[in-house]
Amino acid sequence: MNNKEQMLRDIGILDFTLIELALYLDTHPYDTNAMEYYNHYNRIKTQLEREFSRIYYPLKLSLAESNQEWRWGAAPLPWEGVCG
Amino acid sequence: MWSYEKRLQFPVNIKEPNAKLAQVIISQFGGPDGELAASMRYLSQRYSMPYKEVAGLLTDIGTEELAHLEMIGAIVHQLTRNLSMEEIEKSGFDKYYVDHTVGVWPQAAGGIPFNACEFQVKGDIITDLVEDMAADGTTA
Repeated sequence: MNNKEQMLRDIGILDFTLIELALYLDTHPYDTNAMEYYNHYNRIKTQLEREFSRIYYPLKLSLAESNQEWRWGAAPLPWEGVCG
Repeated sequence: MWSYEKRLQFPVNIKEPNAKLAQVIISQFGGPDGELAASMRYLSQRYSMPYKEVAGLLTDIGTEELAHLEMIGAIVHQLTRNLSMEEIEKSGFDKYYVDHTVGVWPQAAGGIPFNACEFQVKGDIITDLVEDMAADGTTA
C-alpha cells in the first residue's frame, strides 16, 4: 500500500468512526464523552484531508483552490478503483 | 443541501469482472431493499418525523445510504468492466446489456426497474420506522 492509499484508508477509517459517532450523538446530544471522541477524531481527519488534498487531489470542493488547472476536475473518479 | 466527497466510503478494487455476480448485486443498487430505496426512504420520511433529533438522524442515515449506493454502483461497474461478448452472452448478462450496455441502471436482480412503490412514507412515526426495519434491518 503506497502513501496515497494509506492516507485514503486512514481518512476512511476516521470518517466511518465519525459518521457512527454522529448517528449516536444525534439522539444522545448531551453525552460529553462521545463528544470528546468526536472532536478528537474530527480534528485528526480534518488535518489529514487537508494534507491529502495538498499533496494529491482535493477530496472536497472546499479544498479545491486551484491556479493552473482546476484540481477538482483532475481528481480521479472514486468508482474506477485502482485495478481498472 | 449536500456536498460530495471524492472518495468511496470503503475502497472497491475488483480485478476480475464477473457479469453473473453483477446481475445479483445490482439488487442492492436499485432493488426494493437496495441503497437507493434506503436513502430515498429515510430522506422522504424525515419531513413528517415529529422529533427533531430523530429527523436529524434520518437525514444523516439517508446521507450515509447515498455513500453506500455509490459503493454498490462501483462494484457493479467494476464487475462489468472489460467484458467480452462471449462472457456477456454466457453469463446471461445479455438481457440487461441489450437495454443498458454496461451502464449502471437502478433495477432489481429480477429486472424490475427501481420505483418509489418499493418503499413507503405514511407520515406516521411507528408505521414508517417499522417499514424501515422491514427494508433495512433484514438485509443491510
